[in-house]
Amino acid sequence: MRRDILTSVIGIIVFTILLGLVYPLLVTGIGQVTFPGNANGQQIHVGGRLVGSKIIGQSFADPKMKNGKVLEEKGVVVTEPDPRYFQTRPSATEGGAYNAAASTFSNLGPNSKATEEAIAEHIKAYIELEGPYNPGLTAARVPVDAANSSGSNLDPEISPANARIQAHRVAAVRHLSLATVDGLVSRYTDARGIGFSGEPGVNALELNLALDRLTGVTH
Amino acid sequence: MTFLGWLTIILFAGILTALAIPLGGYLANVYNGKRVFLTPIFGGPERFLYKVLRVDPKREQDWKSYAKSLIIFSLAGWILLYVILRTQDAFFVPHSLNPLGFESAPWNVTFNTASSFMTNTNWQYYSGETTMSYLSQMIGLTVQNWLSAGVGIVVAVALIRGIVGRTGKSLGNFWQDLVRTILYVLAPLSALIAIVLVSQGVIANFSNYLSVHTVTGLTQSIAMGPVASQEAIKMLGTNGGGFFNTNSAHPFENPTAFTNFFEMLAVLIIPAALVFAYGRMTGNRRQGYAIYATMMVMFLGAAAVAYIAEAHGSPAQHAAGLHTHVFAGSSGGNLEGKEQRFGIAGSALFDVVTTVTSCGAVNSAIESFTGIGGAVPFANLSASEVIFGGVGTGLYSILLYVLLAVFIGGLMVGRTPEWLGKKLEAREIKLAGLGILITPLAALFCTALATASHAGRESISKAATGPQGFSESFYAYLSQANNNGSAFAGYTGFIQPNAGSVGSHGVTFADLLGGFDMLFARYAPILFALAVAGALAGKRVTPAGLGTMRTDNATFVVLLIGVIVLVGALTFFPALLLGPIVQGLTSHLY
Repeated sequence: MRRDILTSVIGIIVFTILLGLVYPLLVTGIGQVTFPGNANGQQIHVGGRLVGSKIIGQSFADPKMKNGKVLEEKGVVVTEPDPRYFQTRPSATEGGAYNAAASTFSNLGPNSKATEEAIAEHIKAYIELEGPYNPGLTAARVPVDAANSSGSNLDPEISPANARIQAHRVAAVRHLSLATVDGLVSRYTDARGIGFSGEPGVNALELNLALDRLTGVTH
Repeated sequence: MTFLGWLTIILFAGILTALAIPLGGYLANVYNGKRVFLTPIFGGPERFLYKVLRVDPKREQDWKSYAKSLIIFSLAGWILLYVILRTQDAFFVPHSLNPLGFESAPWNVTFNTASSFMTNTNWQYYSGETTMSYLSQMIGLTVQNWLSAGVGIVVAVALIRGIVGRTGKSLGNFWQDLVRTILYVLAPLSALIAIVLVSQGVIANFSNYLSVHTVTGLTQSIAMGPVASQEAIKMLGTNGGGFFNTNSAHPFENPTAFTNFFEMLAVLIIPAALVFAYGRMTGNRRQGYAIYATMMVMFLGAAAVAYIAEAHGSPAQHAAGLHTHVFAGSSGGNLEGKEQRFGIAGSALFDVVTTVTSCGAVNSAIESFTGIGGAVPFANLSASEVIFGGVGTGLYSILLYVLLAVFIGGLMVGRTPEWLGKKLEAREIKLAGLGILITPLAALFCTALATASHAGRESISKAATGPQGFSESFYAYLSQANNNGSAFAGYTGFIQPNAGSVGSHGVTFADLLGGFDMLFARYAPILFALAVAGALAGKRVTPAGLGTMRTDNATFVVLLIGVIVLVGALTFFPALLLGPIVQGLTSHLY
């Protein structure tokens, strides 16, 4: 008994040093040296300023103004989608969409009225934004990713189908040809993992930055 | 459903098996004390550790002595973890390892978290990036990710020794098994996995949270941290506790469909390999294959049901007018709570992988799964984590079922049941029966208490009305009892009104009940498994005769599946009806 206690106390201290300090420091050190970009979150800088992480979604929206003042609701800035940009998936993190300091699941149940209401609202907003540029766009044609929130609520990607619909709006607002925008969509579409796993996805941040470069928008 | 979706599932099973067979041989050599290719590297550190720990690795332990060492060591780990978590804002914690200055969670939440990580459950009533310092994640949670995995594996090894042992009562030496597990099994694999994950985009740094000026001029704060090291052992040790709140759905924990596939392999590789190691160590490889086949059949069944159900979509989607069929460029299906890069198959398969094992990591919101899709993790947990199961825990749990199946088979043919040449008697069957039933008992008792009391219903999320609320509660205590840790995450034991640790408070009832649920359902079965090992050790082996029931053929596989399904169904069916099955059978919205 006493022997077990002694060994346990020494053991937990030794293992804490080895597995809790040496191991994470070693892995983090190797990561920083060999893959510094990845290890630091694939940060994207434009003009010296950090505009986001390639693999963390962000909200491409502008603050809603009322009488020259930023509109707030319960301390959260109310935003509306910026029509020049491809829009990411619906996100309901605390303190506004795409809060990457507090990721959270939406936890919307499959048979819940609350879920139906949330999805119906997302469909409505999507059709309001894209409908004018996509005549005949109905709920039946809305891709699921545009109406369903993601797991992390930080999804950086949208489906290719979703991007093709939004391309009509972005092309019109930016006075570009649809073919140009579609070309960019194809360029920033990530293929399935290892060729067969998962789904292809369009990286919204990279795509939007490419559009800004093309049309000379500065940040 | 798509062809590529099905291909993902089939290829996964194939690659897993191809990797698990050689690893199983390696594990058998490690635990039989043979020289392996890593001995030249780790032999020195191994002897050094014995010296530091003042352990004589040659000292043989009977089951009681083995269990005593295990319990005392676990207790020491629990105490240290509790202290670390409660002092994360103390003066001696360097600022760079708690850059946001997080305070400690209250005592009740910490009780739950410490119990959770020590028991390999990794149930999380806290949110990583809003309450845990980097130091707590490293020296607290990561360490228990290793140690709880090690403890699970050594119990399985001890049980195998009991089954094989022909003389004496020895099950080996706990400390030797633990040190070998960490050095020869977990360390090389974990380091390898961590580096692969960084190369694919899992982050590894100690930076302050990023302050982003977004494309449209909004501000965004992005959580950082030493994620890769913890992510690797989280998967490999079937722990499952995320660095971030959204676990493996978070792009920094699981950035691509490749890492998703890779992480799934990391979860199942040791549980699968241990089955082959069992076959080698008992000298009856065919029985190892039979048990593997049993697990694989049930695993593929679960994956197929989950994939079909999720590809079909949910009643709420259909009621809102959304069409959920696949068309060009769209995955279709129930993408609520799922990431675009994983799609439906990658999410459904991940869910099955982490709920058949005690991993409990999630890459999508289980609460948002359809009724039948959500019934799959329920069913996996109801089978007491024997379909591969946790590292070690899966093997020792299914071996208890094997004992029961042999006993029932013996009754059917009217002979004294024999297993690997040893006669099974009343003592072993009683112990195995108790070991099997104690986890469901804990799960159902806690669920009943939580749903029948006002304090328990406090934890149900507001949006979860009707059967969803019952599902949340039931899943919480079923998951904690099975040391799984996945959740219908609306169920809470920790309320954070301002998305920061300040002003947050725990739901004492859920924290304590869950904590006791995990502790009881972890250590009671371990003690029963070790007691079975003790009862079997030293029994005389009689050669198999004509009338001996074979335990390594297809008939036995069917019998074993039957026993597992029967015990699970009889125990849990009434409760399952009230939650996920009701939802799966109706398109009614609540």
